[in-house]
Amino acid sequence: MRARVVKTIWSVVAIFIAIAWVFPVYWMVNSSLLPNVRLQSFIPTFIPFGGSLDNFVNALSDGSFYAALGMSVGITLTVVVFCLLFAFLAAVAISRFRFRGRKSFIIAVLIVQMLPAEGLFIAQYKMVASVGLLDSVIGPSIIYIAAVVPFTVWMLRGFVAGIPADLEEAAMVDGLSRFGAFMRITFPLLAPGLVASGVYAFLQAWNEFTVALVLLPSEANQTLPLWLRGFVQASATRATDWGQVMAASTLVAVPVIIFFLIVQGRLTSGLVSGAVKG
Amino acid sequence: MSVTLARRRKNRAPYVLLIPAVAILAIGMGYPLIWQIVTSMQEFGLQQQFGKPAPFVFFDNYIELASRASLWIVVGKSILFCLTTAVVTLAIGTLLALLMNIISKGARITLQISLLLAWSMPVVAAMTVWIWLFDRRRGAINYLLDLIPGVEMNRFNWLESPLTFFIVASIIVIWMSVPFVAFSTYAGLTQVSEEVMEAAQLDGANGWQRFWGIILPMIRPVIAIVFLLQVIWDLRVFTQITMLQDAGSKSSDFDLLGTYIYKLGTKSQDFGMASAVSILVLAITILLSWFYIRSLLKEDEQ
Repeated sequence: MRARVVKTIWSVVAIFIAIAWVFPVYWMVNSSLLPNVRLQSFIPTFIPFGGSLDNFVNALSDGSFYAALGMSVGITLTVVVFCLLFAFLAAVAISRFRFRGRKSFIIAVLIVQMLPAEGLFIAQYKMVASVGLLDSVIGPSIIYIAAVVPFTVWMLRGFVAGIPADLEEAAMVDGLSRFGAFMRITFPLLAPGLVASGVYAFLQAWNEFTVALVLLPSEANQTLPLWLRGFVQASATRATDWGQVMAASTLVAVPVIIFFLIVQGRLTSGLVSGAVKG
Repeated sequence: MSVTLARRRKNRAPYVLLIPAVAILAIGMGYPLIWQIVTSMQEFGLQQQFGKPAPFVFFDNYIELASRASLWIVVGKSILFCLTTAVVTLAIGTLLALLMNIISKGARITLQISLLLAWSMPVVAAMTVWIWLFDRRRGAINYLLDLIPGVEMNRFNWLESPLTFFIVASIIVIWMSVPFVAFSTYAGLTQVSEEVMEAAQLDGANGWQRFWGIILPMIRPVIAIVFLLQVIWDLRVFTQITMLQDAGSKSSDFDLLGTYIYKLGTKSQDFGMASAVSILVLAITILLSWFYIRSLLKEDEQ
């Protein structure tokens, strides 16, 4: 009986914490639905009765949104496609073959994975500027692919290793070519891993701020995070239309939240799997 | 294992498969790294802004850096910020994981969804919301604090003094990082076997003893790795600080290592110094990462 009461009390505490923790996300959506008159008030409006979509219309009518969206989509797609391709090939190499230099490659990959953008961005800026690729889709894409490939290789390696090579060999005995066996047997089994890795690459490229800030100096070529930051910068000098900023934030965040919820489990276990299993 | 061993013949295939990954890493990371090491030993002054090649000065930049008080202040602040934030994140995350373990399923799922939503927020979007929440005049936080009797927070400017500025930055980073810690630790907790816990309970161990004697040793590997990752990630906070500076002040009092390097490189065009500080950051990161990398390598060998 006592145990039950204790459990109920803690459950209530947990629900309060849950409400507090999600509050900023709620506040973003809430503010985005409020007309500006309400936001100007000194008393916050906590529930958006009669929500309006005006803020979204305003945010979208700003032509710079579409330019930023185009830039973000271009970079993100490039990163996802090339990252998956490169990482997949490398994952096959390290999980299906034992060869000289394998361990060095793995160590290099793990070290690169830890290198912070903040420790390299000045050098990356100089490199990209020297070949005239500032303000292009290619510049940030190259850096992002290099930054994302290591974790993706690491994640896919587990998936490739989990598929028994015997299965492929059996198919080859049955007359399929090596490539055919791979495409028919291994590839479908790998699909979940590819999806998880692809979403990971998407999230990284879509959200990235630091490298984009230095490699995309002109306002016409901003990605969505830079575009969003522009609103906050403007807020220092003039009254901010917070409703519009929150609508813009919501637009940027929604695809991320959806994709993130799909792969979250895999990402966590990828980062700490050794420790959890050990 | 036996299958892979059977393939241990001389074979060019793995090398061919590695070419694209190695090439992109060499271009995107390797070349900048080498450039940075070389540049950190060059001197950039006014003349270099007009195209004169920078002279090679070996370790002069590092020696000059070592004697720069402003750098040490930033390094000190960054380490303090990083450790405080990481410790608080770890503490809250672990407590939430323990909480998840003892509550009803409905409450647990509610908490998990809430944490997942916070975790999934893009950094820049999260920053705009938090800046709005901490807004001096119309922010919800000042309003709510003001409701507490005796607290006068109306129009309090959080971003005005470095101390409250970094407290705000820390709160935001903690808010975003706790979910990862909570989920990882919870995953570790679910590995603690029920039988062991029941046996301990029968033997008369109280909750506190069970936590220190059984749970903590079992989840220590997870906690160690999660803490290490938090330290590494919190050392390089850049987006959060940059955006809080956008809303507040750009003065160097509000700098941590990331923004310090950025200002050295972009405003002063002092690439030599910026590279030398960057190398310092990379060195600290790799040193700290080594334990993490070693644990991952062990996993690969299994």
